[in-house]
Amino acid sequence: MSEKTTEKTTGVAIDDPGRAEEGVVRSGENAKRESVSDEKASEEKVRAKKVRQEKVGEDKESKISVAEAPPLLVSSTSPHVHGTETVPKIMWTVFVCLLPATAVGVYRFGMDAAVVLATCVGSAIIFEAVIQRLFKKEVTVSDGSAALTGLLLGLNLPAGCPIYVCLVGSLVAVGIAKAVFGGLGHNPFNPAITARVFLLISFPVALTTWPLTNQQVREGGPPVQYFGSRTTWKDSGGRVLKQDSANAEKIDVVTGATPLPAVKNDYKKGSLSHINYMDLFLGNQPGCIGEISALALLLGGLVLLLMGYITWHIPLAYLFTVALIASVTHMIDPGRYAGPLFHWFTGGLMIGAFFMATDYVTSPVYPKGKLLFGLGLGLLTMLIRLWGGYPEGVSFSILLMNAATPLIDRFTRPKKYGLKRWAGAQQGGN
Amino acid sequence: MRSVTFPGGIHPDYEKEPVASRTIRESTVPERIVIQMTQHVGAPCRPLVKKGDKVKMGQLVGEAAGFVSAPVHSSVSGRVISVDRAPHPLGMELPSIIVEPDGEDEREFMEPIENPLDEDPKILKERVKDAGLVGMGGAAFPTHVKLSPPPDKPIDTVLFNGTECEPYLTADDRVMREMPNRVLKGMQIAAYILGLREGVVCIETNKPEAIEAISKECESFPGFRVQPLEVKYPQGGEKQLIQAVFGREVPAGGLPMDCGVMVFNVNTCGAICDAVYEGRPLITRITTVTGHGVQTPANLRVRLGTSISHLLDQCGGFSREPGKVILGGPMMGVAIHDLSVPVLKSVGGVLVQPRDEVLDQGYGPCIRCGNCVRACPMRLIPNELGNYAEKRLWEEAEDRDLMDCMECGCCTYVCPAFRPLIHFIRTARAKVHEKRSKK
Repeated sequence: MSEKTTEKTTGVAIDDPGRAEEGVVRSGENAKRESVSDEKASEEKVRAKKVRQEKVGEDKESKISVAEAPPLLVSSTSPHVHGTETVPKIMWTVFVCLLPATAVGVYRFGMDAAVVLATCVGSAIIFEAVIQRLFKKEVTVSDGSAALTGLLLGLNLPAGCPIYVCLVGSLVAVGIAKAVFGGLGHNPFNPAITARVFLLISFPVALTTWPLTNQQVREGGPPVQYFGSRTTWKDSGGRVLKQDSANAEKIDVVTGATPLPAVKNDYKKGSLSHINYMDLFLGNQPGCIGEISALALLLGGLVLLLMGYITWHIPLAYLFTVALIASVTHMIDPGRYAGPLFHWFTGGLMIGAFFMATDYVTSPVYPKGKLLFGLGLGLLTMLIRLWGGYPEGVSFSILLMNAATPLIDRFTRPKKYGLKRWAGAQQGGN
Repeated sequence: MRSVTFPGGIHPDYEKEPVASRTIRESTVPERIVIQMTQHVGAPCRPLVKKGDKVKMGQLVGEAAGFVSAPVHSSVSGRVISVDRAPHPLGMELPSIIVEPDGEDEREFMEPIENPLDEDPKILKERVKDAGLVGMGGAAFPTHVKLSPPPDKPIDTVLFNGTECEPYLTADDRVMREMPNRVLKGMQIAAYILGLREGVVCIETNKPEAIEAISKECESFPGFRVQPLEVKYPQGGEKQLIQAVFGREVPAGGLPMDCGVMVFNVNTCGAICDAVYEGRPLITRITTVTGHGVQTPANLRVRLGTSISHLLDQCGGFSREPGKVILGGPMMGVAIHDLSVPVLKSVGGVLVQPRDEVLDQGYGPCIRCGNCVRACPMRLIPNELGNYAEKRLWEEAEDRDLMDCMECGCCTYVCPAFRPLIHFIRTARAKVHEKRSKK
């Protein structure tokens, strides 16, 4: 009987007296738990399973009771099941969807790009872990959020960007843009873009030194008219060299202008007439590592859309607004303003529309808000691209719209169930 | 016929097999029956017997205390061994009558009504009330109250809810498959009491046998038809069901009767039939014992007051180490910690989750993915409600339509950060109720 009482005190007392007696009888059998659960008849199996799986000291080994001990049950609020979505799954899926663009970047720019990407991803993970450790928070780098931030930052830098610049960028992204505000879910601005803009202002030369793609170098550079006089041949020390047979050995990197400033500043040289859209679409253009190939980005973005990780609202509203403004301006002055396809396939628009503007934390939650957000992005981007001081405006417009997100959310909340009127509706209760 | 549905909602794993294809069997009578005085929404019953009294099967043992209340009856004949507090599924001990069955099953039923459709609806309504009927889909709202809409709310349609959208449960499915005649007779009476001759039986398309059985039976019940529905949770919610079938939204803060509709569960209809044609009060119900933690899942006809442990024993007990025992389905059911609690009128299922299936996941911050907003069938903003409640900003949550939540759990199910949104929302609602009652 003493065994009985110990069981009762540890477990939750249940059941009628009749069964309790039965239990005591069974406890006298001194049967071992394992053998009972495997071999005995089903009713006894039940009782065996019901024995709470508690650790029994070695001295009590022989006294393991197959008594009427109820299981210790978990009690919690409903629901008791969960869907398959998790934060790490979302983050790593986005990461994987960026891999086509990453691959194109490495293919087009070679090892220089790979080094920048590896530095950014690795340092972002390490910085996040260190910061979380320092602030005595749970280290959550395995959720993929830091890796994704690092990858996005790397993809938004030019190949050959100095390593120390990459490291500063990672630190700004993970430490200042994210951790300072409270970590995942609390940052008002997209960390990767915040870091990129920080670097653009702090290291303007490094951030606007655009290596030509391998293919362009092989073909002796892009058409001069297209890129004006900006194509430069540099040696490993960064000194500008003349391209002739005497210097051929010393040339380390060939840089040029990206299409956007070329068109913006040199339109009088007729650069618009030399646009090869297929080059732009496939990523044969100078630019940030991850932004050059619209094809690769569309591919990744489409997968995200089909898997339901992003909705169509932001990308579509963004691309549509850009196309609309580009079409109108192009129609007004085709010699000066490029058409919608050019604006779609150059600069950071594709990566911005599918991967940066759709960042959950910093974009509106509700459908109407997302449309507004995309519209705002398109307006700002085109404003900067066509008439602003910078050739490219995707980063700035995303940051500006990030700031507007709480306001947008506030005014675009869905109307709750039961406010829609239907014919013959009666007045509701209270 | 084209199947319909409502916007929002989720598609959980339904796991209705293998128990869905098992016929209902009779549960054995336990050695003790615990008749809780609180088995419904509303005032608890007043016990009418005392220790030592002999009771008969079907005898009134607890009288309704007020209009929104439902009497309780003894489900066995035997001797009252105590009138005391006993564990209730809600977690506390509540007044109950404990009866020791004598195995005789001596009956004391009410007078059967042979031709109910010739009677005054008032008599039938009175019968439903005396039989202690409540909504058996889980809400346990007294049925006679629903059958008494105020005169300024005319009812033009009755829906019969056979959606059974909760995963695992099959009690409604089995009842429709095995007793379509009984169910439709009950529906006919419910409609008749409301002054109607027709009704729509709503069944999700994952129950083709039930759809077939009821459709066939409808041929002998003119005015009644089956409406197939797409499979989605929480389609069985009254407001979602009405939206799915008619595209109408029940006005915010209102009841289905505000848009001229009344909804009854199919098991309730079966019980209405018993109460009227046999004079049998609500003393048994069909309960599904299921889940991966049960040896042989089964659909049992259970006497109310049977302990959960007795039911589990009849199903071969646990197959693996149990983690949670849930009364109801996995989305809205109550996880109990004490297996001696009795089956109540509203317990349509006992779900055993093995220890290894129990969610034991910490939660992270909201990443604003919007999954909960898309899933919410009430078009609320669970993300913000959860954030406010977590920060104890009850009033802000109240301003964001906190009280319109029906706690279906969709938001929590889809949350990738595993945020216990429903828990947050429930806490906030309790605080708001507290504040309101103080005023």
